[in-house]
Amino acid sequence: MKRTPWFAAGLVLALAAVLCFLALPIVAIFVNTSPARLVSSLGDPESTDALRLSLETTAIAVAIILAVGTPAAYVLATREFRGKRLVETLVELPLVLPPAVAGIGLLAALGPDGILGGALSSAHIALVFETAGVVVAQVFVATPFYVRQAQTAFAAVDPRWLEASRTLGAGPARTFGAIAIPAARAGLAAGLALAWGRALGEFGATLMFAGSLEGVTQTVPLAIYDRFATDFPAALALAAVLVAVSAALLIAVKSLAGEGSPARAAR
Amino acid sequence: MRHRRLAWMLIAAATVTLSACGSSSSGSGSGSSSKPSLTVSAASSLTKAFTAYGNDFPQAQARFSFAGSDMLAAQIEQGVKPDLFASANTSLPDTLYAKRLVAKPVVFATNTLVIAVPAGSTKVSSIADLAKPGVSIAIGSPSVPVGSYTRMVLAKLPAAERKAILANVRSEEPDVDGVIGKLTQAAADAGFVYITDVDATAGKTTAIQLPATLKPNVAYAAAVVDGSAHPTQAQAFIAGLLSGAGQQELQKAGFGPPPK
Repeated sequence: MKRTPWFAAGLVLALAAVLCFLALPIVAIFVNTSPARLVSSLGDPESTDALRLSLETTAIAVAIILAVGTPAAYVLATREFRGKRLVETLVELPLVLPPAVAGIGLLAALGPDGILGGALSSAHIALVFETAGVVVAQVFVATPFYVRQAQTAFAAVDPRWLEASRTLGAGPARTFGAIAIPAARAGLAAGLALAWGRALGEFGATLMFAGSLEGVTQTVPLAIYDRFATDFPAALALAAVLVAVSAALLIAVKSLAGEGSPARAAR
Repeated sequence: MRHRRLAWMLIAAATVTLSACGSSSSGSGSGSSSKPSLTVSAASSLTKAFTAYGNDFPQAQARFSFAGSDMLAAQIEQGVKPDLFASANTSLPDTLYAKRLVAKPVVFATNTLVIAVPAGSTKVSSIADLAKPGVSIAIGSPSVPVGSYTRMVLAKLPAAERKAILANVRSEEPDVDGVIGKLTQAAADAGFVYITDVDATAGKTTAIQLPATLKPNVAYAAAVVDGSAHPTQAQAFIAGLLSGAGQQELQKAGFGPPPK
């Protein structure tokens, strides 16, 4: 015990450095924004348009991610198959891709001249310059955040519970819905919050793939960028709103899922 | 153990590849460490001409930051200090000059605003076609010079036509590269850009000239930023833009000479 104070002090210092570095820009946003300015920016129709659009598109994006990502993560957590490592890497790849790569990839895949562009246009599905395109960009960048967390959460569920459920006569679907999901809910919620936050912050892929037009494709990050050149205080105020909304989401989703579930304990 | 070795080899390979790409794009970057480095904030539309000029600039190693002129001006207002600011208009440098953030701006080139369409597209062949229903248009946002020139053009049109065109605008891009990108990807049917941007796409887009009465005067101005660490080199860079290697590169890219 007597030999550790230096090490302990080092740990504390490192944590303090991380905290300062991460918190400083966020503190600066609020220090430079008067509460009055914050309220008045909320009344500005351009800002409210952007906020409404951001909340709507991310809600749809997160719903899609939940519906498809949850079973996909369950497969990855509970089954072994050839090439699983490759699949996991592919799922995680968007995490490390720069937004510009995501944007150009989406255009090359789903744009008018893209691989599936012809098929989409003959099915009368328009994505570029449309709100749907914003959702596509958000789903692309945010899915890995959820699937990774969900996979970890499902993997932490005691396999004997799933076994017991099946021996008691529940089918695999019922076991998934009634046992696995509730047991993993804290981890799922954490993943959901991360994915939602990432979707809210999505910028580059949206701009490149969906464009920027008020009320249609201009989400809050794009509106902040647009304001930056003309009205720095307004950009700051909008940034403060985005920080507040994101933080509220993070806290709400985490606390809704409840503490102390088995998956959380195992993490 | 073998896996770990493979992993390290992959990391090494990725690093080497990336650094190789980096050094080839920055040209003579590493060899000339004795030259001071000159940071130039320049409008997106100057990318091609300035890069060519900068590669052979003798007095300094030019480092460029290309973006919308409005964005670069806002950075300078927020205390970012490049050595030189080159804008796609005269009003942004004039505003910074009035605030004593840059020295007196100098006009060094002119450009021409045109309608650009994806190569081979027949949907739009005149400004009147922009008002047709179903045409999708990308323009610059109001704060970036290309966007404000576009609005000057539209302001000269009859109200009904202007409204119809604005209703067809599907995206307001932060800089001219954004507009061009939407056109080369055939995402938009038409956009307002500079003639030099159309030239730079090497045939991927086609320019449609505006009627002479609608053409805005597009002038580019540059200024040395106050507090620059290399004012002499920055001044030399501007001098070369007015008459010299820089002016040659500008004309090669399709810019007009500064008005006498």
